[in-house]
Parts: sequence; C-alpha cells; structure tokens
Amino acid sequence: MVTLDDYGDYEPAWCPGCGNFSLLKAVKQALVVSRLKPHEVLFVSGIGQAAKAPHYLNANVFNGLHGRSLPVATGAKLANPKLTVIVESGDGCNYGEGGNHFLAAIRRNIDVTLLVHNNQVYGLTKGQASPTSAEGFVTKAQPEGVPSAPFNPVAVAVAMQASFVARGFTGMIEHLPELIQEGIAHRGFALIDVLQPCVSFNKVNTFAWYRERCEPLSPAYDPTDWEAAMKVACRWGDKIPMGIIYRNDRLPFEEHFPVLHQGPLAGQDVDRVMLKKIMEGYR
Amino acid sequence: MSKDRDSKTRHPLNILIGGEAGQGLVTVGKILAKSLVRGGYSIVVTQSYQSRIRGGHNTFAIRVGVDEVDAPQEPVDLLVAFDRDTVTLHRGELTPDGLVVLDGAVGIDDDSALKVPFKDLAQERVSNMVALGVVGSLLGLDEELMARTVDDFFGKKDASLAAENHRALAAGTGWAAAHAKSRHRLPPASNTPQRLMMNGNEAIALGAISAGLRFHSFYPMTPSTSIGLTLAGQAKRMGLIIEQAEDEIAAINMAIGASFAGAPSMVGTSGGGFALMAEGVSLAAMTETPLVIVVAQRPGPATGLPTRTEQADLEFVLHAGHGEFPRAIFSPGTVEECFHLTRRALELAERYQGPTFVLTDQFLADSYRAVAPFGVENLDTVRAGTGAVKSSPYFRFAITESGVSPRLLPGITGHLVVADSDEHTEDGHITEDLSVRRQMVEKRLRKGEGMRAEVIAPEMEGEASPDLLLVSWGSSKGAVQEAASRMRSKGEKVAALHFSQVWPLVPEKFMIHLESARQVVCIEGNATGQLARLIQRETGFQIKEKVRRYDGLPLTPEYIARELNQ
Repeated sequence: MVTLDDYGDYEPAWCPGCGNFSLLKAVKQALVVSRLKPHEVLFVSGIGQAAKAPHYLNANVFNGLHGRSLPVATGAKLANPKLTVIVESGDGCNYGEGGNHFLAAIRRNIDVTLLVHNNQVYGLTKGQASPTSAEGFVTKAQPEGVPSAPFNPVAVAVAMQASFVARGFTGMIEHLPELIQEGIAHRGFALIDVLQPCVSFNKVNTFAWYRERCEPLSPAYDPTDWEAAMKVACRWGDKIPMGIIYRNDRLPFEEHFPVLHQGPLAGQDVDRVMLKKIMEGYR
Repeated sequence: MSKDRDSKTRHPLNILIGGEAGQGLVTVGKILAKSLVRGGYSIVVTQSYQSRIRGGHNTFAIRVGVDEVDAPQEPVDLLVAFDRDTVTLHRGELTPDGLVVLDGAVGIDDDSALKVPFKDLAQERVSNMVALGVVGSLLGLDEELMARTVDDFFGKKDASLAAENHRALAAGTGWAAAHAKSRHRLPPASNTPQRLMMNGNEAIALGAISAGLRFHSFYPMTPSTSIGLTLAGQAKRMGLIIEQAEDEIAAINMAIGASFAGAPSMVGTSGGGFALMAEGVSLAAMTETPLVIVVAQRPGPATGLPTRTEQADLEFVLHAGHGEFPRAIFSPGTVEECFHLTRRALELAERYQGPTFVLTDQFLADSYRAVAPFGVENLDTVRAGTGAVKSSPYFRFAITESGVSPRLLPGITGHLVVADSDEHTEDGHITEDLSVRRQMVEKRLRKGEGMRAEVIAPEMEGEASPDLLLVSWGSSKGAVQEAASRMRSKGEKVAALHFSQVWPLVPEKFMIHLESARQVVCIEGNATGQLARLIQRETGFQIKEKVRRYDGLPLTPEYIARELNQ
C-alpha cells in the first residue's frame, strides 16, 4: 500500500508561485494511484529548474546533462525494463538541447514517460527564449523579439505517430495527475507537455494567459483518429486543447530484445558455451 | 621478455593485392589470409583503402611467415594487381625476386610479370577466384584447403555459384602450375594448433563480450564501426543490447544510463565522434558510472583522412571531459592485447566506477592476425554493482578511504539510488556546500591511487642498459620490436619498450629502462611526439630523439630504420 508520505515532502528551491509546485504534487499523486513504490521508479532529468523536481521526492534519480535525459532513460530502461522510467525536464532541455533525442525517442517508442515542464522560457539561466517561446517574445538575449517561429512539440509528436501525446496545464490541477497516470500506464513512449507559468521570467504567458486559452478536449474526442489529432495538435492561439490528443499501440522498443524477457541485464551470466562456439567461427 | 627473434628466421613473404574499390580484392585478400592461417602460418594484414565505395586505389597486404610475424613490411614479394594503377604505384616496392601477377589483358610494359589470361579461364564475375588460385599455387598452398575456405566464405546458399567458384579456383591453380615457375613457395608450416583469424576490432568486441558486456551503443564512424557490427552480429546469441544511436552524444549517454542501471557498457568511436562525447566522459566521472570508451584513431584534425591510421589522439583522450577526475587508458599493440585489455578496461571501469579507455587505430583495427584461441571457459566476468549494503537510506557516494563507494543498482534492492551531474552530497542530492565540494573532489581523485596501483608496466624487450632504447605505444609494437631485432642481429645493443597502458603513467615501472639506456628514441605515429611529451611532463625525463609518422600509413620496421639512420 503506497501513500503520499512514502514519496516524502521536501522544500524545493523554486520561486513562490512557480508552476513546478503543482506539477510535483500531481506527479506524487499519480505515482500513488499507479501503486508504484519509490524504489520501482527511476526519474531521469536534465538541467533546469524543472530538472530539480526529482530531487524533491523519494525515488531513484539520475540528474544528468542538459538535454540528454532521454538517452540516459533509454539506456536505463533497456538495462532494467522492470523500472518505471520517467523523464522530467524543461522545454529547453527536451526541445532545444535535446531535440535530436526527442525525435529518436519517438521513433523508438521506448517505454518512458516524458513529462515536460513547458514554461516557454529558460528560467534557471534567467530569462532567455526557449524553443517554445512565441515569435516576437522579448528577452535580454532577444531584445528585438525572438526572430524564429516556435517549436510545436505536440504537433511534431503526432506527425511522427508517437504512441501517446498529451498536453496539460498546471492550472488544471484536477486533470494533471490522471494525465500523468495514463502516461505512466501507457506501454511505449508517452509525451506529456505541461504548460506552466514562470512567474519570474515570462510576463507574457502568465497563469491568466494560459487559463484564458487552455480548454479540455470534449469527452467525445477520439484520440486514436490520427488526422483529427493532427488538426488538434496544430491548434495554438485563442484556444489551446488539453488532454490526450493522440494515442496508438505501436510496439514498444524493448519488445525487440528477447533477452529482456529474462529480466534486468545486471547479473545475467555470460553464456560461455555459446561464446566458445562463436570463437570457433573465426578459425 | 626477450623473444627468439634474433636467430635466423625463414624470411616472411609480403603479398600486396591492389585494385579499385569494388573489384573484389578484399574478398581475395580475406580468403587468402584465412587459408594461410588455416595452413598454420602467421600473418599480419595491412588494409589500405580510400574513402569511397567504388574506384580509387585500395590495397590488402598480407605478410606471411612460418615463424611469428608481428609487423608489416615494405618490400613486396608478390604484387597481385587488379588494375594498372596498382602496378604503377607499387612496382618500386618490389624485391629483386618480386613478381607482378595481373590480368594479361591489362597492358603493362614488363616482361617478367605473370600475365594471367583471366578472360580465357573463367567468367568475369569469378575472375578474382582465378587470381586466388594463381596466388595459392605460387605459394604452394593446399588446393583442398583453399576450396574449403572459399566455400566457408561464401556460404552454402548458391550451389551453382559455389561450383563456379571452385572451377575458377582450379583453373587459376592449374594455369599457374603449368605456366609459372614459382620462387615464392612457402616452406611447410609447423604443426601449430589451429589458430583463429581475427583483427583488432573483432578482438575488442569479443574481449568485451567475454568480460560480461551487455550494452554497446555507437554511431558509425571509420575505423570504429566494425566493433559495433561484430557485437550486433552476436547480440541475439549472447543476449546483448546493441544500439546504433542518433548521434554520439546519445550513444555515450545511453551507455551511461545502461551502466547506471546495471549493464556493463561500452561505446566505440573515432576522434571526431569522441569530441562529441566529451561532456559524457565528464558525466560518467561525476556520477561515478562505469563506462568503457573505445577510440579508434585516424588522422585529424576534423574529418582528416577518414580511412587512414594515426596515433594523434593520446593527449585528447587523456584530457577530454571538463573537470578533474581519474581515468585509465589502454593502448593495445596486438590483437591479443585488444582482447585482454578491453576486458581489463571493463573490469577497471566497474572497480573504480568511472570512464576507462581503449585507444586503437585504423591499422590495428583492420589488421588480421593468426591468434591462439582465447580460453573463454575460465575468464572472469564483471559483476555490476556491489552485492549488499546494510545501511538505509543508501548513500551512493559514501566517502570511503579508497574513494570507491559501494554501488547499488536502481530497482534491484529496495534502496533508492540517487546520482547527479551537479556536485552532490553523499546521498547524491545537489549541493552548493563548498566544503562538501572539496571532500567530493578529493574522493573522486583518490580513486586514481587504486588505478595507479594496478597499472600495467610497459613491456621491455632486449637486454638491460642498451645503447639505444626504442619507446613506443599502441599498434606500432610489432614494427618497433622488429626494427630493434634487426639492429641486434647486426650486433647493435638495442632494446624496445612498449606501453600498452599510457595512463596512469607510473615512473617506478619504467624509469630504470629510460635512465639506463645510452640513447632513447620515441617512435610514434603522430607529428608532435605525444607520448614523449607526456613522459617528460610526468617524470622530467626528456626524450629528445623522435621518429614520427603522420602520412596516414602505419609504422614499419623499414620506415623506423630509415628515420633512425638519418
């Protein structure tokens, strides 16, 4: 029987009012509802304020390099498929520095949940634009406004037929734990892009700004309809759709490796008889 | 360890097969090499190729001997030319008794050449089998052995093609027996037990598997790619996970993740790919995650000469990865050392929980040799992680006297494992406490003491207190030892000192050899003398004389002799 207490209660180093607080709470709730014990979970994060989140609960944690969480998560999941692996990091980490790995993880469909704290800015380094910042967004690094169009991770993921694509908002706290729980339960790569305000550095995409636009998908919406999902995924402006936008049942990457049916790679013995046979092949 | 190289050995033969990429010269080369190994001979293969799939000029050289052959040689005894360019480019390398073998249809101005009428003997698509038969006959190889080797090479899929291959082979053998008077017959090989034909990269892969490797990720890059391919070919049988990553940064981070979760892991690349991995090296060190990194060197900078050889990344591999932390770097000199040192690299990576390196190069990676089978029944395997830890909560980075903390794996016991690329407290969580920082720096560096205690001493061949000491590292071992041996047979007092581990450098293990020699020369495949500089930095001993090669080709005994005589 897992409770919230098992996941601990720590004091985060975030600004008061940061969306991270809600997200941390939602993650703990999702883990409890999923009946996962702390030692069964591995959080992999990168660098940024979001990436600190795994330090503020009880679990296995690998806090690695900026942008490089997905490869670490992939390697860890392959070495021990019994672990529930969750990548938790920001939009800069996952869509900027780690862009190539984002695409590759979707292609692989590795059974990892990617929880992105998307605040459309770089918070830890104090306010530069991120890949999801709006065109024209003004910062000290982009004083004339961002000259590039923003990256739409949900649209890209749906276009690539990622097997689970969802969007959340830290202001819709009631739906967030359920969304995360579904992502964790999903067998395959799950993207959950969570919009959140950065009270210190993003004065445009504020709590109110998101609240005005974020709208849950209707209960009648069918997330298995890819063409409908593409339209929904590309919708961004006056209305921003929330919820599970697309899902399919592609084979998870790990299923391609029969050796993993025997459990974690650690402690598996070397088949010396087979190796000797292989050596003989060099005669 | 002094080998009996100085007594009169029967001269090895050097066969150079040359042609355009796509003409099948590598096929002929490999089958011939295999036949020679199966025949009980010792070989050293040098593959020289250009960065293209068709055309250009490539060569496959086989130096073969009844006695042990450990180095390439420059003079060519048999020049097997698939095109005219090969003759033009290499006729100057022929020995006085050297023979050119080529298609009679290729017009060259040389009456002594053996002009084989390929067109009359077989269909064009199997004409390389005719060439094989001719060469086999000139060498005096057993026909049945060659036919069997041809079959093993092509497999049993196409019976009619197999028959055609046999006919072509026999046609070549028959023609040569009737028309050529060979001065290149090999003496019969002694009854050596059946040996394996293996190159450096294959040995690295198999050594890793034998030590318990479970995960390898890579991005294709010459000359390292065949490590990944060899592993991929055995993955299903041996229960390995081999993944071609989207880039080198993904490759190293994946391997770190796999290792963190308990799979002994390795990555392979060349200089440019390793450049992308530098931050990952730093990550492995900071999170104290075991990882073996194989760097197969080729000439740089940047793209350089993608298919050639060089030894110019020693300093790069030694310093790559920001911050200060210990590492071990192995530099095998033979195919056997590739096998055993990769094993050792995996062992050390786990024991000291950090990055270890195997530095090879294109020459050794592609150089087939005859090796005794590796007795895999009795070899140890690496176990990831410590068995049990009593304390709860578990501190992944507990400070210990040796600097090595007990290592638990996430999800295996009930303990929580926390690791961080930020500076961290013993429990693995982020810290900005500067006194903890000092302690952690010292803890990580302390592990280096253990690595130093386990260093492999350089190997000395030849007598103590020589007039001349030749120092080398990596793949040039055989060439340097043979150069020294040739000088000894002329009465000179010469010894050779070879470093198969270039880091850590522990002066107590080799200073006596440097100091007791009258003159020391450092022989390296680079322009600036990197090992010499490293030795001076660590010991104060300056090796003033250097022999350097940086034209993309491997060091040979002849090159060394020429340079020393200048």
